[in-house]
Amino acid sequence: MVGLAGLSALPSFAVSQAAHVVVVGGGFGGATAARFLKRVAPLLRVTLVEPNTTYISCPMSNLVISGGRDIARQQFGYEALRCEGITVIHDLADDIDVAGRTVTLASGKVLTYDRLILSPGIDMRWNALPGYDAAAAEIMPHAWKAGLQTMLLRQQLEAMEDGGLVVMAVPDSPYRCPPGPYERASLIAYYLQQHKPASKLLILDAKDQFSKQPLFQAEWAARYSDVLEWRGATDDGRVSRVDPATMTLETDFDSISADVANVIPPQKAGQIAQRAGVADATGWCPIDAVSFESPLQPGIHVIGDATIAAPMPKSAFSANLQAKICAIQVVRLLAGEAPEPTVLVNTCYSYVSPEAAISIVGAYSNEGGAFANMPGAGGISPLEASGGDREREAAQAADWFSAITSETFL
Amino acid sequence: MAAIRISAMKTAKAGEIIELKALIRHKMETGFRRGSRGEAIPRDIITHFVCLYNGEAVFEADFFPSVAANPFLIFYTRATESGTLEFRWTDQHGTVSSQTANISVES
Repeated sequence: MVGLAGLSALPSFAVSQAAHVVVVGGGFGGATAARFLKRVAPLLRVTLVEPNTTYISCPMSNLVISGGRDIARQQFGYEALRCEGITVIHDLADDIDVAGRTVTLASGKVLTYDRLILSPGIDMRWNALPGYDAAAAEIMPHAWKAGLQTMLLRQQLEAMEDGGLVVMAVPDSPYRCPPGPYERASLIAYYLQQHKPASKLLILDAKDQFSKQPLFQAEWAARYSDVLEWRGATDDGRVSRVDPATMTLETDFDSISADVANVIPPQKAGQIAQRAGVADATGWCPIDAVSFESPLQPGIHVIGDATIAAPMPKSAFSANLQAKICAIQVVRLLAGEAPEPTVLVNTCYSYVSPEAAISIVGAYSNEGGAFANMPGAGGISPLEASGGDREREAAQAADWFSAITSETFL
Repeated sequence: MAAIRISAMKTAKAGEIIELKALIRHKMETGFRRGSRGEAIPRDIITHFVCLYNGEAVFEADFFPSVAANPFLIFYTRATESGTLEFRWTDQHGTVSSQTANISVES
């Protein structure tokens, strides 16, 4: 609840009734931003643009891939937002005219805004990994956007014969959900151990270091040493090319044939960020960490996975909190006040089995317009867990998911 | 201790430019660092690499303490005749680690 402290004490801002804020993207960032704009300034007109009528959550979707969780539990609608007076338009934001302050939708409809909040999430950088394009993703799913891709990977694992080889390709940073690949690896290993014990999971990683690494590696050694192998960049882990036709993944020195290949490719900010001109040469969006306003395009704020917010990770937790703070800052700006710095936090839970989880917590200041770790704050789960620690963290992870989804969608 | 990986095409056409890759897992300890008790960590580096194509050096490199751990080289040569490519790494103590690959060149 950090970041919300003091929210109840916020005065009602003297925002003109005519002011209009458009939010593009209805995920944990955008949907939260729309709701908090209304909460902080009830007279503000708020429009949310999101092509999908149902949102499918990435958090917890690795439990769908390993079985035992229905994807229906990942799905959320926008009825609650409509009830709160938010105009929800299910359309694709196609273009943005920064000078004219308009958003053009795929249907041709044009929205005029006073301030714009983009929460566009990620897009895959097709062919950045040679051989991996949209067609390849139908054979070697990334499952890094939840939905059909999640189910495709699940079905492939179910269809694989015992004794098969599952290969995961993990990209270099930055990418959505830094510990996500390793949670997924843990849960796939769990599934193999339970149902296909003669099978193997090989993780080919473009990095040597990753989030919660000592914890994951200790859990892997204790639980999955018979089925899981991780290969880092200096151990020839970096995948340099894939060939879906032969189900082959090539590294600098090796060529590996997979029965199931989960290729998580390099990513960039969602398409509309490029169209709006808020993404830089890296493909991601620089922001002022206090106001979330783009230094490239005034009047446009960017939140969530699309931003360059390191050391804050690209997580649902971060997007949700950034959305609340961004909403407050946008209202301050509309009321002619200056944005104020605050303290932000992030918590990422990762399941290491369906019943056990580990976590990392970070705290960040945004003083001066850039995020920085707060010294001495945050940390990770203890390496030596005492009885029940991991299981209690799994219960906390489930509670967190129900809290963030009800706050965002319900 | 050191582990070598190499990559070279098994067959090539005469005159073709071929890509060769070589990696050695080595800590490349600079000699400038100190341990947790303040003790100097002695220098331990790879000092030389050479690729021999049927005994003739086609690519050579000297290494110094500023080179990062696990040196990785990608370089090119012209396929001229069938034979052996030898990838040879030498550390500061003179210890040689070497691996060979055979290449068949069609005219």
